[in-house]
Order: sequence, then structure tokens, then C-alpha cells
Amino acid sequence: MGEYLLEMNHITKVFPGVKALDDVTLKVRPGTVHALMGENGAGKSTLMKCLFGIYHEDGGEIILDGKREVINSSKQALDLGVSMIHQELHPIRYRPVMENIWLGRFPMKGIAVDKKAMIQKTKDLFREVGLDVDPEVLAGELSASTLQLVEIARSVSYNSKIIIMDEPTSSLTDNETEHLFKIINKLRSEGRSIIYISHKMEEILRIADEVTIMRDGQYVGTWPASELTTDLIINRMVGRDMTNRFPPKTYTPSDEVVLKVENLCSPLAKSFQQVSFELHRGEILGIGGLVGAQRTELVEALFGLREIQSGSVTKDGERFAVKSVRDAKKHGFALLTEERRATGVFGILSVLDNTVIASQKNYATKGVLHQKQRAEAAQESCRKLNVKTPSLEALMQNLSGGNQQKVLIARWLLTQPDILILDEPTRGIDVGAKYEIYTIMHDLIAQGKSIIMISSEMPELLGMADRVMVMCEGRVSGFLDRDRFDQVEVMRLATQFAS
Amino acid sequence: MKERTIPQKKFGLIFIVIGAVLLAAGGTIFLMGFVDPVPAFVKTISKKVFDLPVLAALIGACVLGFGLNRYCNKKFSGGSVDFSRRSITAYLTNNAIILALLALVVVICFIEPRFMQIRVVLDILTQSSTRLIIALGICFTLLIAGTDLSAGRMVGLAAVISTSMLQNLDYGNRFFPDMPLVPIILPILLAIGACMLFGCLNGFLVAKYDMHPFIATLAVQVIIYGACSLYFDLPPNKSQPIGGVRSDFAWLGQYKFFVIENEAGKVVFPGFSILIPIALVVTAVIWFILNKTVFGKNVYAIGGNREAAVVSGVNVFKTIMGIFILASLLYGFAGVLEAARTAGATNQYGNGYELDAIAACVVGGVSLNGGVGKVSGIISGVLIFTVIQYGLQFINVSPMWQQVIKGIIIAVAVAIDLSKYRKK
Repeated sequence: MGEYLLEMNHITKVFPGVKALDDVTLKVRPGTVHALMGENGAGKSTLMKCLFGIYHEDGGEIILDGKREVINSSKQALDLGVSMIHQELHPIRYRPVMENIWLGRFPMKGIAVDKKAMIQKTKDLFREVGLDVDPEVLAGELSASTLQLVEIARSVSYNSKIIIMDEPTSSLTDNETEHLFKIINKLRSEGRSIIYISHKMEEILRIADEVTIMRDGQYVGTWPASELTTDLIINRMVGRDMTNRFPPKTYTPSDEVVLKVENLCSPLAKSFQQVSFELHRGEILGIGGLVGAQRTELVEALFGLREIQSGSVTKDGERFAVKSVRDAKKHGFALLTEERRATGVFGILSVLDNTVIASQKNYATKGVLHQKQRAEAAQESCRKLNVKTPSLEALMQNLSGGNQQKVLIARWLLTQPDILILDEPTRGIDVGAKYEIYTIMHDLIAQGKSIIMISSEMPELLGMADRVMVMCEGRVSGFLDRDRFDQVEVMRLATQFAS
Repeated sequence: MKERTIPQKKFGLIFIVIGAVLLAAGGTIFLMGFVDPVPAFVKTISKKVFDLPVLAALIGACVLGFGLNRYCNKKFSGGSVDFSRRSITAYLTNNAIILALLALVVVICFIEPRFMQIRVVLDILTQSSTRLIIALGICFTLLIAGTDLSAGRMVGLAAVISTSMLQNLDYGNRFFPDMPLVPIILPILLAIGACMLFGCLNGFLVAKYDMHPFIATLAVQVIIYGACSLYFDLPPNKSQPIGGVRSDFAWLGQYKFFVIENEAGKVVFPGFSILIPIALVVTAVIWFILNKTVFGKNVYAIGGNREAAVVSGVNVFKTIMGIFILASLLYGFAGVLEAARTAGATNQYGNGYELDAIAACVVGGVSLNGGVGKVSGIISGVLIFTVIQYGLQFINVSPMWQQVIKGIIIAVAVAIDLSKYRKK
């Protein structure tokens, strides 16, 4: 074994239209905790998925224990001694915990599963990591944090040399986090290495030996944790120059308040709570925050997709209750959802159908459509937004991500909204299309419309917004005006309540 | 095979020529049948191949129409048709089921030339009519990635209710012995209304409680059968088959128009069943609803991506209710027609029709995953099943073998259909 247990050299990964990883290097020493840090979308998860065989890198090499390996599947990764705790857990809820742990490698007795041995092995494993859970209880009956610990136990059970932990503490309480750290220390003392991904600075500084920082899919550098401070990490995570990625701004928002939200609370304790803000005519209000800050949940509630327990929404001085999407549409709201494929696009329908679906009733009398009006409206709207499609009859699924997004914006513009809510409007689309969407946003505010934009991309947030509201764990942690825009400050607010 | 490209115009022209030749030849031979005396060769032809000339003329007309459309339509002008191994394979897989059907028809014609009669074609169309109406109802539920298991029982319910109130006054075994003669429309509306009530229940369970249509309609199906049997068991009927149906009601399912008889009273042309134009009208209405109304577009949207439909502000509750109510209306209507056609009913009527209808829809290209399906596909799906059933009966294949063949056709058709999508 050389100096490093794992070397990932010059890793490159390209998705259609996006370079997710660009010449990234990660070197992990044996018996250490190596923290991997970066903003949302910096490429941490992608890099780990390459290591774990979920993605295959387009360039670069992975050297494990001094031997070059090509990892094609998760099973192969596990066989090579790499295990991973995923950010999102997908337990088989209606099967016992132990079956979840030993799935794919059940202890056997002849042709039958050896249940006794499985129970014993699970008990031994739980004792090893200090977890007190009945192996036969159903996975679905455990709390999210216990499941997280079970998941950690499972990764230990593979006897891996390298354990990847992607946000392992996101659903853990302080006590459980302490417990996790004990487990980590034990694993480290056994000579295993842990790649630790987290946004929580204090954790990193406490547990990590070395820190690698990534930014925009690129490698920034690796430092011993002892040489770092929270500020240094944040600076290196966001430290980039802002080039001309945004069209020039010509319109300044008016003072007129279009939308006033006061003390909005979700019935779910973990979701948004006591959110208040104002939106002015012709303003782009950016909402910043980390994944899990409940930003999407907030705007979906404003659009009638989620329940609101208390608080008020006042538009143009008139207070109203948002009970359904149709209510919200009637009051001039439009929402471009975050998950384009899941909640936006009708892949098997035509571009025409996709464009007019939200405003269908405007082109019909008593439910019967006026084909010509409908087609003309779609044509006009798609032309304005410069949608590139062979014809309006083409299937939506054959369009590129950027063009699909433009069709969805066209869809909402046809409903004549006053307030557009754009949730990650440029996610997964290429640079050219991004610029076009920014231009469209500027055109819209120039027409007196107002925009609420959620973005996890810091440059986009600061480049486009007139004002930024930062959320952290469901609450508003602060507002920043344009003249006070500062990446470090946004990051600090976004992690304010985090332990 | 070497690749060849033929311009669209020439492609159309080929069809025009083939169509014209068939039409002319078939038409001439047909018309010569009216010459007095009938030429000897025409007699031989009609003895050997029966009505083939007329059928050939009809097919010729269709081919001619297709060719003219290709030749004149602006949409195709300037384009060209490629002949390569790939395009031909694609064509074969896309139309595999129709081509298999054609092959089957040719085989049947060789085994039993009497199959080539206009009477057979009309029979097939008549038998397809009520099935088509049921399939058109069920297709809505399939389009939202659901299903409707209660269709068959609704057919039975409508049949029982309508016949029970439309018996002759002098019939000995009346369901309601003291019932006066009522206007024919009343029992029909009652029967369809009863079905729509259960359609409401289907829709409510699915839309309100987010129940999977499979289980919701299964429950409703059982309820309908029970309720229908209870009604059927009312004294004095006590579960006896309902008969003695009024002739004006039976007319609705049995009337034939354009019947031509010669001087000797022999039927020359068997006439069109009234069910054929009824089915055509229903088909046109459904086509209109699916393609030209907000409701239809919403059905496709919910089937294509339900979440996106919700976000777009589509009233999913209303649409799903509408789907199940409209579907039940069609089942009820089909049940009334079926009762009129057979001039009677029992509570067993319609049993299993839903599975035939679903199979026909799926073979006709309606996706069980929702969002995909066309009226034209459903028509061909229904026709395919009727032709197979009728044809196999015609050449005396045993009913047991018919079942085996039917099952194989469903499996193969859907497998081919899915392989089309998998390549993408």
C-alpha cells in the first residue's frame, strides 16, 4: 500500500450539456476521515457516484490500493471494499431491518435462507456499532434517524476499506451525531478510511483529518483540517469570479408591493415555518439556501400544492386563501417546478399540447376547443421564447432540456400571470439556454411582472435577483439587498441554524 | 437489400394505379352480374369465389383513396419514401398485428371460400358494433393508466333493467305484470342512468380516495352483479330469463336497412344492421371528445403525467369523475343495444366483456401505462378480435382452440407493441 488508499485522478464526467466533473482529483490516506466539500451542484455526489459504480467517468483513473480499477457497478465497488451511505434512504419499508441489511447476501443453509444466522449476524453487527434495534422489526417502523444509523451499520457490515458517507447527519439529532462520531472514530482506528460529505462546518472541523474542496465541478484543493476555519472553507467553496454570464439589467423594481406573505406555517414541523416576505412589482426575489431548506415546499404551498396551516397571503392588497392550483392561477400565480420531468413535462404529448395545457379553457367555448386559436397561441408563445422544435406536433420528450424548459415557461406565460415562481429555472440545461432564460426573465419584469426565483446556484442567485431571501431549515434566516450581495454572507445565512 | 428512395408522388401513383385496377376489375365483374343473360365466366367466378369481385372493388377504392391522399395532400408533397431493410422492418413491426390478421383472412378464404361474402363482412361489422362501444368507454379509463372491471356487469345491468320494462303486454311471464306500455325511451334512460350511478361510484372511489381503479372497479363490479341479481330475482320473475320483448325495442338492435330481395323473394343483399350506423355515430362523438375538447386533452394529460397535470391546474377530480361516468354511459348504452339485439336478458349478460374490451384496446395500441391511444387503433383492435372469432368459427375451429389462439394473439400483439418503445 502506498501513501494513499484511494486515488481518483483527473476525473471528468459529462452529462448532456453539462460538464459535471472537470479534472477532479481526490486522494484519501488510509485510516483517515476525508471531508469532501462544495456548494450544491459542485459535483461531490457525482464524484462519489463514479467511485461507487453508479456513473462511469468519461476520463481519468481510479486507483484503489495501488491498483487501477474500472468500476462498473455498485456490486463491484462493494467487492473492492467501497461502500456508500446515500443521502436519500430507500429502505424496503415492509421487510425486517435485517433483510434490508443483508439483501443480496443472505446467509444460506442449503437452498433456504438461514434466518437464525441472519438474526445473530445482525445482532453482532448492531452490538459492534452500539445500536439497540430488534433485527426483526420492519424497516418502515423505524424513525428516519434510526434508519440512518442502520444504514451506517450496513455499510460497516461490508467490511469495506472505504466508506462514503453522503450527508450522514442530515436527519440525526445531536446525541445521535455524537454516536456516529464514536463509530467513525472506531472505524478510523481500524485503519479504514471515510469520505465524509457534509455542509455542516463544525462537524467537518471536528471529525475530518483532511478536507478537499470542489467548486463548479472542479477541484479547488486539499488541506489538512487543522489549517482550516469556517470562513476559509466558505471562501474557497464560493471563491469564483463573476464573468458575464448574465444579461445586463435595465429595469429597477418599483416600490409597489404585489405580494405580501405573513407568518406562513406548514402543518409539518420540519417544513417551512413563520415565513414572511414582500414581493415588489418588477422585482426578482431570489430564495437561497441549501438542499432541504424547504424552499420548494414554501413555493408549492403558495401555489396550492401543499397545505398551509396558518399565516396569510395578500396579493394586490387583497387577502386570499390558496386552496388549490386553480385558486393560485386565478390570482395570477404561475409555478415552474423544480422537477421538470416529474411535474412539468408531458413527454408523450406534443409540444402544442404541452404549451396550452394550463390555459386550455381560454381557447374553448363550452369545453369544445378552437383548434386554430389554440395552435396560434402555442405558436406565438413558443416563437417569443425561441423554442427550437421541428414542429408543434413533435413529442415533448424529443426536445432538449433547455427547450423543454422554455416550453414550460411558454405554458405559464399563456396564463397571463403577475407573479412567476421559478424553482431552479436553469437546472440541468446548457449555458446558452440559461442565458436565454435569463433574458426572458428580464423581459418579464420589464413588463411589470414579478418573479420569485429559487436557485441553488450562487452566481445565478446573485446575478439575477434584486433581493435575496435566504432560508435555512424551513425558516427565513435573512434578507440581502443587491448592494449587500455577498456569497460568503449567503452561505453563512444558509447554514445559520445548522449545528 | 439495397436501399431505394421513391418520391412521395410516385409512391402515391403506385397506389392509385393498383387501386384503380382493382376497382375497375371488381366493379366490371360485379356489374356484369346484372347483364341478362349472365356471362358464363361471371357465373363461374361467383360460384368459386362468391363476392370477391365486390370486395376487391371496395378494397380497390380504399387503396385508391390512400394513393390520392398521398398524391395530392400538401403534407406529404416533396417528401419521399425510403425502402431499406430498416424502414421495412419498422413497417412490419408497427403493423404486425394488422398484417397477421390479413394473413389469417387469406388462409381462411383458402380453406373456406364462402368467407368471401358481403354477408360475412356485414356480420363482422354488426358483431363489432356493441363491442366497439364498450371498448370506447373502457379506453378512457385505460388512458389514465387505470382500468374498469365493472364494464361487463354494467352491460348486464342495463340489459336487465331495459328488457324488464319493455315486454309485450300479452307476454305471459312479465317482469312487472301490471306495468302499462311506457314510451320506449324511458326504460332505456333508466337503464343507462343506473349504470351512470355506478359510474359515479367508480369515479368517486378513484378520484376522492386515490384508489387504484383496478380495485375500485372490482368492488363496484361485485356490487353491480349482486344488485342486478337481486333485481332479477324479484317476484314474480324469480331469476327466469326475461323474454317477450316489445318489437319496437327489438327493432333498435335488429333492424336492417337496404335489404334487397329479388323477384323470387331471395335475399340478394342482406342489408346493413342499424347497429353499424349507431356505432359509427358513437365513435365519431368519442373521437370528437378525445381530440377536440378540453376534457379529452385533460384525459391525455392526466394519463401522460398526473403530477404535471395537477401542477398545470387541471381539475383532476372532475376529469376522473367525468371519465368513469362517460364510460358507464357507454356501457349502459351498449347493454341496451345488446338486449335489443338478442331480444332478452339475464343477469349473466355481459360477463367478461370488460376483458375483451381491454384486450381489444391494448391490441389496438392503447398503452396500459396511460396517455397513449387513438380511436382508430381501438376500432382496428375490436375488428381484429371479431374477425378472428368469426373466422375461426367459420372454419370450424373448436371454441377451446379459439380461446388458445385469442390468448396468444393478445400476448404477441402487446409484446410486439412494447418492443417498439423499448428501442428508444
